[in-house]
Amino acid sequence: MQIGLLYSRIRKDEKLLLSELRERGHDVVKIDVRDQQFGLTEAPEVFAELDLVVDRCLATSRSIYATRFCEAYGIPVVNSPETAQICADKVQNSLALAGAGVPTPATEVSFTKESAMESIENFGYPCVLKPVVGSWGRLMAKIDSRSAAEAILEHKATLGHYEHKVFYVQEFVDKPGRDIRVVATDGEPIAAMVRSSDHWLTNAAKGAETAEFELDAEAEKLVQQASDAVGGGLLGIDLMESEARSASETSSGDTPQDATGYTVHEVNHTVEFKALNEATDVDVPAEVVDWLEAKAADGVKQEVVA
Amino acid sequence: MTECVECGAEVTLHEDSEVGEIVDCTTCGAELELVEQTPPVLDRAPELEEDWGE
Repeated sequence: MQIGLLYSRIRKDEKLLLSELRERGHDVVKIDVRDQQFGLTEAPEVFAELDLVVDRCLATSRSIYATRFCEAYGIPVVNSPETAQICADKVQNSLALAGAGVPTPATEVSFTKESAMESIENFGYPCVLKPVVGSWGRLMAKIDSRSAAEAILEHKATLGHYEHKVFYVQEFVDKPGRDIRVVATDGEPIAAMVRSSDHWLTNAAKGAETAEFELDAEAEKLVQQASDAVGGGLLGIDLMESEARSASETSSGDTPQDATGYTVHEVNHTVEFKALNEATDVDVPAEVVDWLEAKAADGVKQEVVA
Repeated sequence: MTECVECGAEVTLHEDSEVGEIVDCTTCGAELELVEQTPPVLDRAPELEEDWGE
């Protein structure tokens, strides 16, 4: 099959995918989105004859638009632009999870420093302030005091891009020094790992230690629900185990839904899996390519029917 | 083998290097992007942007 791979940087994850695809004899077309001009009706030449496009853009903005263009051209693309749109933005991500009844940390969003300060005071200390767009744990703030909150809000309001004036305030989940990353395809887990650190941020990109994790039935169910909530696809679903049911209640009266002991804080749409691949015996790129082959075959089948 | 655009030192590339991959110059530490495969050509890698990630 002819598989297009959208990218602007080839990370180890993309190398693993490229290698697996080529080993299986697929014709892979690497498409550096920085070199493309996307017209409204005509796909750039490089997209001709592709059975499937796989979005591996490092930049979220490019991912959202490039996948939207693929869809407009009628080229099957994973993940879908709808999934990218939801996962790229923490507000939309949280709304999708909460709307689907998936336990997720209590969150409030406001547009002024003063309103954000009220949310922070209502959550109490510590609580967390996150950028609505961002990754790898960057620009995340654990707020321990009112004076720290005032300083961070002032900086965000004064120095930031307009997106930083969308204040995303979240309860601090007292997780046991680790969180769980699950890579799943349409809700079916490929493998999972825990990311442990003494730091409150447990992103692998921040140097957290990783180890394979066996999902229980409850976690598997949440992974499926979280995947469905954002439209499915190849996803990285992040869960936290909370040590005790959180009693925090927000000013709007929301109570965190945490009956299971898990809370899903995020779903990632251009998921990195190199750390997981090293932590587990599962051949993650092979599993991903199995799924891509099935997706490409579906796309071809639909074309024939049409 | 090719040359670092920052300091001119020789940079050795892995056999399976891909266009779009980032390599570090072991002499000056610059992050370099492989922009052409044959012959290999390196350029300065783009700076980290706020929306990068997964």
